[in-house]
Parts: sequence; structure tokens; C-alpha cells
Amino acid sequence: MASYSTNEFKGGLKVMLDGDPCSIVENELVKPGKGQAFSRVKLRNLITGRVWERTFKSGESLEGADVLDLEMEYLYSDGDMWHFMKTDGSFEQYAVEKKALGDTQKWLKEQVPYTVTLWNDNAISVSPPNFIELEVIETDPGLKGDTAQGGSKPATLSSGAMVRVPLFINQGEVLKIDTRSGEYVSRA
Amino acid sequence: MDATDWQPSASIETLRERARLLNEVRRFFAERDVLEVETPVLGHGGSTDVHLDSLSLTATTPAGRERLWLQTSPEFHMKRLLAAGSGPIFQLARSFRDGEVGRRHNLEFSMLEWYRPGFSLSELIDETEALIRTLLPDAGPRRLRRYRGLFREQLQVDPFTTPLESLRRLAGERGGLNMADSDRDGCLDLLMGLVIEPTLGHHGIDVVIDYPASQAALARRQRDPEDGVEVAARFEVYVKGLELANGYDELTDASEQAARFADDNRQRERLGKSPVDVDTRLVAALRAGMPAGSGVALGLDRLIQLALGKHSVAEVMAFATPAC
Repeated sequence: MASYSTNEFKGGLKVMLDGDPCSIVENELVKPGKGQAFSRVKLRNLITGRVWERTFKSGESLEGADVLDLEMEYLYSDGDMWHFMKTDGSFEQYAVEKKALGDTQKWLKEQVPYTVTLWNDNAISVSPPNFIELEVIETDPGLKGDTAQGGSKPATLSSGAMVRVPLFINQGEVLKIDTRSGEYVSRA
Repeated sequence: MDATDWQPSASIETLRERARLLNEVRRFFAERDVLEVETPVLGHGGSTDVHLDSLSLTATTPAGRERLWLQTSPEFHMKRLLAAGSGPIFQLARSFRDGEVGRRHNLEFSMLEWYRPGFSLSELIDETEALIRTLLPDAGPRRLRRYRGLFREQLQVDPFTTPLESLRRLAGERGGLNMADSDRDGCLDLLMGLVIEPTLGHHGIDVVIDYPASQAALARRQRDPEDGVEVAARFEVYVKGLELANGYDELTDASEQAARFADDNRQRERLGKSPVDVDTRLVAALRAGMPAGSGVALGLDRLIQLALGKHSVAEVMAFATPAC
């Protein structure tokens, strides 16, 4: 893998830091009036999701990380692992651990495409599409005619996620949900 | 690249404001009888400054194929004008620094530089403050901050006397990096840039003075009357955490100047950087005699950024480097 010097650091570049693959979020040049330059770099640890702030001397370098984002469809879970398949027609499958799945676990639905991040060919994280359509499997009965007023109630969706929905929503309805905020958008 | 990639970095409205501010700068100097000059951006000599990376190019000139350097500031040419008897001069000069791109940097930028023969450093600090207030009328009070005092107050170390090992440890901790092979100035630069600078200029205009002699660049060195340590006769101006200007009581000694150029190039070689052609005509001009006085270089894009309440220099430039 190539290594990258501080002047090549830019948003989105994948590098290794302390043994973990990271994505550069921001690189700011710190330079006192007449002195030596440093790079103040924000990096997202792709395994933990945490953002690190580090300073590098100008000209220092980091090894590149072999990281790829691929689109894959969710297939099934065997209880230990969650299985995804590449959508490029290769039918190649990847097994994902619970740890790598993280919060995405509550947005899983078969045949929906997710972004799976691979590091050295291992899945390290999975992100859901921004919007997903899921069925309500449990909620209090809908209030007839109450389509205009505010107010909300909890509903459990087929993926296991719990979201607040308007009072008029019934069990069995399919809803469009924003996975970034975890909020109800509309009926599907 | 997408279909909107051709668009300017600044809005047309911002560019109108920028033009208005430039006119105010010109009026400021016209009222003070400071002559506007224009000097070349290319020169046979470049800046040897160890921490600046000069760009160079090869051009066909009457002397044949020659390597020419893009200026990192208009200093050398302007000093030659001073030696030729120009009197006080100012320039809005496009300057170039390789690798300097970011929220507060751009590869090429506008330097407002002016020279005042016969001015003491404190007279020039007053004038720099007045210029800044022309563009930032609401800037708060001015404070003079000594380099040593800032380190003592904010970091409980003394930049002149604290052992190097302690400075390395502190800089390493604050920056989260290994500073074991850094020299004293390297540690001080990191602490200044990372810890102290961001705190400056939030209550007005902060002027930092009495830098270590090792950071003199092209300023005179002198003994501090209070502490007895050798300091550089230099100041820097900060507003809202941004370094705006860098002023010197100018070095006029030709041999000292030649020695500093040579010293810089030796240090460059040690650091694995290529040497820069020395501006021998500047040395010759100093030998012929440049009047004593003070000069200052001010990052005009940053000042305009502050005046217009923007977050980056790119927002006040027609086309910042990534879009050029």
C-alpha cells in the first residue's frame, strides 16, 4: 500500500493510524507566523466510528489503508453472523459480525442494498440507505379521522427498530423512515 | 469535476465588497503619502526561509533559459527600491507559498506590504493598528503581549530557559505526536500554533512582541532591556485567532543578511529540502545602503475575511486554488 505525506492528506483519504484504518475528515494547516508548519488532522476511526484529532509535522506520512465501500444486499442472519451479497452480479457473499454491524442492525431488511466497508477484505462497518421502507408490526390501534392533528405514539417495525409515528398509523402499514435521524417520514 | 465547477469561490457581492475595501486601503496610504509600487512576482533569488517552500519555474529571458523564483512576499524587490531612495512605499502583491492550502491559507494570496524608513517598530505597530481599524472599525482595544509572557501565562514554561526536554514533552503531549527529535524552535512553533494562537485576538487586537532571537528571520536582533535575553525586533498581529501581520525592525547589515541566507540554506539541506538561489542583488543593495526603518507584511485576504465575517480565505477570493 502506498504511503501519503501530510500535503496529500485530504477529506476521504483512507490511512492507517495506530493499527486501525481511518478516514481523513479534515486537514488544517497550523503555522505560526514565521515558523514550522504542522497539520492538525481529524480522522474517523473506521472500526470504532470515533473521531480522533492528531497533529503531524509537515512532511510526515501515513500508510494508506486498503479500504473499500461496496454495495451489498442483506440476505439473512444465522444468529452469529449477518450475511450480505455483492450487487455487482458476482454473487460473492460476506459475513458480518455484530460489532461491525453496530446500529445498522435495527435497520436490516432482506434484499435492501447497504454500503459495506471492507478493510483487507473483512467487513468492518455497514451503513443503511438514508431511507428505508419497513412494516409496522406493533402499535396501538390507529385513531380514525385523526390525520391532521399532531401527537405521536411508539411503533415497532419489522426490523426491530422503535420509532415515533403519527396517531393515525395502523399495524401492518408500510412506512418510509429516515435512518439517519430514525424518524418517520411518510406512509410508503 | 461537476457542471458547477467553473463557479467563482466568492460571490459577486463579496467581490464588490472586496473592491471597496481595497480602495479604502489605497486611500489610507495616499493620505499618508506612502507611494504605491508594483514589483515583479518573479526573481532570480527566492526566499531561503526554512519554513517556506518557494515555487520556481524555468523561463526564456534575454540571458537564455533561467530558473526564476515566485516570491513568497515582495520584500526583496521593495527593499531594493528603499535602497534606491524611494522613501515610504506600499504594495498589494500577489505572493506564492507551495503547499499552503487550507481554511486560512491559499497557494497564492494577496500580501499588503509596506515600508517606513525612519519608523521605529512601535510607530509601525501604531500604523498597522490604524490600517486594521480602517477595515475592522469595531475591533476592540489593542494589547501588547510579550512572547515570553504568553508562554509563562498559558503553559507555565519559559521559552528561553525551560530545558529542551521539558518543552519536547509538553509539545508532544499537546499535539499528540513525537517531538523527541525537534529543536527548541520546533517545539515553540507547535505550542504557539496549537495552543496560544487560537486564544489571541478575541477581545481586540493582540500584538505579540519580543520573539526569540532564533526566530528573527529578517528582523534585527537586540538585547531585551528587562530580561537580558536576546530577542528579535519583530511583531505579529492577531485578531480572532488569525495571524494578520508580521512586522520587522528591518535588518540593514549586508554581511549579516548574507550570513542568514547561507545559514538558512545549510539548515534546508540538513532537513532534506533543496536550497534556494540567494538574492545577491538584495545583498548588494544593502551593501550600498538601505535606510534604517520598519516594514510589515499583512495577509490582506484574511483581513478582508474578518471584515466581511467569512469563515475562510477562499470565500473572499475570486478563485481559490482548488477552483483555479
